[in-house]
Amino acid sequence: MSKKILELKDLKREFIVGSETVRALRGVSFDVEEGEFLTIMGSSGSGKTTLLNILGCLDKPSGGNYILDGTDVKNLDRDELARFRNHKIGFIFQSYNLLSRTSALENVELPLLYNPAVSSSERRERAMHALDSVKLAERYDHMPNQLSGGQQQRVAIARALVNEPVMILADEATGNLDTRTSYEIMSLMQDLNIKQKKTIVFVTHEPDIATFSSRTVTLRDGMVIKDIKNENVKNAAEALASVSKTEDDKS
Amino acid sequence: MKILSLIKLSLRALLRNKLRAFLTMLGIIIGVAAVITMMSIGKGSQQSIENSLSNMGSNLITIVPYNNVPGGVRVQGSSVQSLTIEDVSALERQSTHLSAISPIAQSNGQVIKGSLNWPTSIQGVAPEVLEIKKLSLKDGIMFGEDEVRSSAKVCLLGQTVIDNVFEPGENPIGQTIRFNKIPFLVVGVLSPKGQNTFGQDQDDIVIAPYTTVQNRITANRYFQSIVASANNEAESNPASDEILEILRQSHRLRRNQDNDFSVRTQAELINTLNSTSGMLTTLLTVIAGISLLIGGIGIMNIMYVSVTERTKEIGLRMSIGARGIDILMQFLIEAVMISVVGGIIGVVVGVSATMIVAHTLGWPTLISQASILISFFVCALTGVFFGYYPAQKAAMLDPIEALRYE
Ligand SMILES: Nc1ncnc2c1ncn2[C@@H]1O[C@H](COP(=O)(O)OP(=O)(O)OP(=O)(O)O)[C@@H](O)[C@H]1O
Ligand SMILES: [Mg+2]
Repeated sequence: MSKKILELKDLKREFIVGSETVRALRGVSFDVEEGEFLTIMGSSGSGKTTLLNILGCLDKPSGGNYILDGTDVKNLDRDELARFRNHKIGFIFQSYNLLSRTSALENVELPLLYNPAVSSSERRERAMHALDSVKLAERYDHMPNQLSGGQQQRVAIARALVNEPVMILADEATGNLDTRTSYEIMSLMQDLNIKQKKTIVFVTHEPDIATFSSRTVTLRDGMVIKDIKNENVKNAAEALASVSKTEDDKS
Repeated sequence: MKILSLIKLSLRALLRNKLRAFLTMLGIIIGVAAVITMMSIGKGSQQSIENSLSNMGSNLITIVPYNNVPGGVRVQGSSVQSLTIEDVSALERQSTHLSAISPIAQSNGQVIKGSLNWPTSIQGVAPEVLEIKKLSLKDGIMFGEDEVRSSAKVCLLGQTVIDNVFEPGENPIGQTIRFNKIPFLVVGVLSPKGQNTFGQDQDDIVIAPYTTVQNRITANRYFQSIVASANNEAESNPASDEILEILRQSHRLRRNQDNDFSVRTQAELINTLNSTSGMLTTLLTVIAGISLLIGGIGIMNIMYVSVTERTKEIGLRMSIGARGIDILMQFLIEAVMISVVGGIIGVVVGVSATMIVAHTLGWPTLISQASILISFFVCALTGVFFGYYPAQKAAMLDPIEALRYE
């Protein structure tokens, strides 16, 4: 039995808009164990992003408990939340969110800038290493606008990895990418999950993408309606190879 | 986040918008340059007034005729005639606080030497005038009591007069010049004193015994002024009181009659001029300070724009672990950078402007380190003050909303 990295107990999140209360999460409970690759699915508006923001310590639940790596987030103030985001979490966004006119390497260094324990030479070293691990060793000095969408997302993944977080959170990280590039990213994710033992929580719309994960939680109207272990995890690298093959055959 | 990285970060943000940063700085640049130039000119003229006044002797006392009849017609001082040789004798006899006294009988006219001529004024004085006015001889001798008694036609010349009526290299001593057709033997040359603060050429002068001027030129027994030296600067005020006493007596003024002369001490003059120029400096500095304030508001404005523009960046930085204070510092340092860089440029511009003024206009200037330091600190402070609110706004952003901002 491995360690529980996330514990969600009856998590609620309500937004007050004018006189109405939007109940985005109405009591979500599940645990995530270290080394799991979890996908969260659900229709639009079901609360996936809201949940992920709470998991990523960007937001606090209005009710229930969220325990991250043994700490109840409820008791943390703004600065402690920031420290948690910096030390324990790597975020990947649908729209990459790289700083423009800033080189890939500097984008990856960014989280370490907010970690006073890391010296500037170590920072550079680790950023290079992170970029190497997403196979962008030749692109250190490229600006985001000189990179393809897939490459930009890989820079973003390197940025999420560089602080050696316990968990990677991705919100529709493949949402803007074509199938082939999505598979590339998923293959990278699987590598991280298996080789580097990173826990991954991956929000997606596409059932296809979910087949690469070991477990899928499905939300509807702010509640968990399905939570299934995936017995037959597909290998993204193989899927990528077969896509490449069919594309090559076509041409 | 470490301060060095922050500085690098804000430098880069500024370099990305060079023109905008420069335009924002412009207010600060103009403000600081104005402060420094104004203060330098103000301090410089103050200093030069002080110097030239104490050059004239800080124990100098000047008595001029003065008409102040209430309700009556006020007459310009120089046309009032009340000072005579009897006053001078009375002062010489009775005063205890004065070390030297000389009357001054002045007349404008033309100095002629050969084919050259020069318009100037002749001052009829007593030999003591050298001591009183801190004049010294470059060459020759001063006339004495004998020449005064005999209304001798001897004179001493200032450098400007010599330059204008003598050939270069010619020795004026022993030569004869004409002042208003009257021949004078040149017995001495005065050491040059240059211009005084008011731009008057102190070397454009001819001095001769007062008797000579009165008897042969003006044909007038009244003096334009009497100058005297108090024993020392501290005795200026008692000396001034004493002079009032003696001259009122000498002029037989009744108790209810106003003075027909006035006494001015140099110490008084220095104070008055100092306080005027001090006031002027303050005023100019306040005006310059206001432009600095406007510069600061410009910074605030642009920082608000910058924060809004970079909302998404702020959201991202927060999501990867930037604390409020990190974001606050980032924008604060950017604001301070604008104001400090603007301040440095302003100092350079101000110092150059001061030097240009000093060179081209010949105004006295004094660039004080204090003014540079003060404007520098005021700049940094302006940056902090006007940068704080926008930076605070950035730091208080909600990361989720900031990230979602388009
Ligand atoms: N800041 C907010 N203020 C008010 N309501 C909000 C806010 N954020 C989310 N909501 C509401 O909460 C519900 C869940 O939103 P959420 O963004 O989590 O959905 P989602 O599952 O991520 O959808 P999608 O797949 O389209 O991204 C929605 O009804 C949304 O309108
Ligand atoms: Mg969403």
